[in-house]
Amino acid sequence: MKYYDKLIFELSKPGRIGFSLPRPADRQQLPFGNTATLGTLRGGTASEAQRWGPKDVSEGQAAAGSKVCSKVWREAPLDLPEVSEVDVVRHYTNLSQMNFGVDTGFYPLGSCTMKYNPKINEEIAGIPGFAGLHPLQPNETVKGAFEVLVGMDKALAAITGMKHFTFLPCAGAHGELTGLMLMREYHMSRGDTARTKVIVPDSAHGTNPASAAVCGLDIVVVKSKEDGLVDVEALKGLLGPDIAGIMLTNPNTLGLFERDIKQIAELVHGCGGLLYYDGANMNPLLGMVRPGDMGFDIMHLNLHKTFSTPHGGGGPGAGPVGVSDKVLPFLHIPRVSGFHGNFGIILRAYAYILMLGREHIKLAGKFATLSANYIKESLKDCYKLPIPSVCKHEFVFDGLLDDNGVTTLDVAKRLLDYGFHAPTIYFPLLFHQAIMIEPTETESLETLDAFIAVMRKIAEEAKTDPELLHGAPHNTPIGRPDETTAARQPVLKYE
Amino acid sequence: MSKIAEGLLYSESHEWVRVDGNVAIIGVSDFAQAEMGDITYVEMPDVDDEVSAGEDFGALESVKTSSELVAPVSGRVVARNDELEDKPELINEDAYEAWIIKVEMSDKSELDKLMNAAAYTNIAG
Repeated sequence: MKYYDKLIFELSKPGRIGFSLPRPADRQQLPFGNTATLGTLRGGTASEAQRWGPKDVSEGQAAAGSKVCSKVWREAPLDLPEVSEVDVVRHYTNLSQMNFGVDTGFYPLGSCTMKYNPKINEEIAGIPGFAGLHPLQPNETVKGAFEVLVGMDKALAAITGMKHFTFLPCAGAHGELTGLMLMREYHMSRGDTARTKVIVPDSAHGTNPASAAVCGLDIVVVKSKEDGLVDVEALKGLLGPDIAGIMLTNPNTLGLFERDIKQIAELVHGCGGLLYYDGANMNPLLGMVRPGDMGFDIMHLNLHKTFSTPHGGGGPGAGPVGVSDKVLPFLHIPRVSGFHGNFGIILRAYAYILMLGREHIKLAGKFATLSANYIKESLKDCYKLPIPSVCKHEFVFDGLLDDNGVTTLDVAKRLLDYGFHAPTIYFPLLFHQAIMIEPTETESLETLDAFIAVMRKIAEEAKTDPELLHGAPHNTPIGRPDETTAARQPVLKYE
Repeated sequence: MSKIAEGLLYSESHEWVRVDGNVAIIGVSDFAQAEMGDITYVEMPDVDDEVSAGEDFGALESVKTSSELVAPVSGRVVARNDELEDKPELINEDAYEAWIIKVEMSDKSELDKLMNAAAYTNIAG
């Protein structure tokens, strides 16, 4: 792999441009003002810039005209990098080749559902009528987009057993906060103001207690039993008139289905609380089991996980929130409007659902579950398996069986040498050397076998050459970063 | 095998207490720092804050995880080790030297619930 670490402004040379602005005569013919570029991009020169670009700030201001308040006019030109089109293309192509994604190779990052993103999603999202939408367009010009939102609302309601969804939240954690605010609103509307506590299991995603804290609620932790499931007896002791609700992901972060969920729902509802479903682990249940039927009142879905939209590197994500009849009156934000979070992502997820259809969507979870159990059973003689039962879409090892001083971090780093992305490590916190593997349904048997072979090889290397693992990775553009110094003395700006 | 210092009292959540008259000097055990890995940040209460036995009074963050600090005794914070703000690694270097806070105890009988070094060996050996 070619090492490349330039920043775009390091390539900048004064006067070089990679765009052409329309001539004043063209501007009048463009429907949406003066900023659209011409259809043809030219490799620019300084003279082109003089001919076509704004000569100075005042021209830009004049062009913006009376529609923009003068208070927000820029006083100096933007300090943008000046680069030609080929500089830009090479820069981003080189950067992209330093990256690892689902399109590059196997990415078994537990709890993240890094499934393949079918390219038909991109084709649909690229249809000009969708791709060119502007949030401020008049409603009558975006009926097709509304139809997508209404259709998606129905599809998600059918898949989850919820009544309706809002598409405003742009991420899973954003959805959690939205859902908890709905939960609080529900209790407040009944004058039930003492409900300030939210129960989360000790295996919960870290976002659950974080969202509850941001929402101003107190967190109570319910312990798991030896078998990794919520301890119902312990839960009983926590319930009371101060409980707003419980946040659960099912299957939980150990990949285990909470079999007592009906009883948990009865208990929590019995004390006046609500159930929140963290949809991060929805993938294995697709088309098979519905959170609404399990008794959940509020939930979010991570479209960038379960519904195959692009994921990682900061998104964009989408965390639609669904509610039951009971909570629906509090979803008083417009469920359909011009501003719908990341509409392009909702559209991609809708394309995925329609592509699979009611019948085939059930296969996603089955194959995801099969893949996870296949890897688990194939490696449990080399890696410590703390909970041996059948898993759903993911499972957790607790380090090597015969570790010889080799840690989970060493194993994860060594995997990079063999061209695989590392699994999630050191989460959940129940185990000290956790390796959380989620293969998803989109990987072939050959890929799963290749991963298993490498994991076995690393276990062998741990016995014969632990130093090799302590120093890994050896084949990547960057070796092992000094995470400690990075955390203790972070360098946060370009120097 | 982690070190366990003699003459200190220990909690189940791996804090140690050195008793100096009415003052409890509190830190975390060598076992705790080894489990945490390189510590990158220590969150401490302010002087004059009240802490309660069994409730958290701060947190440790390391490269791989974060963990709450649980007060082994109740009382008023009379000192905090500000050196840890810039040098959290002192806890990794010597967990028994790098105290975190000093607490003027409101109920010395709470010390009876803590373990001595021999008993602590059983859970952090």
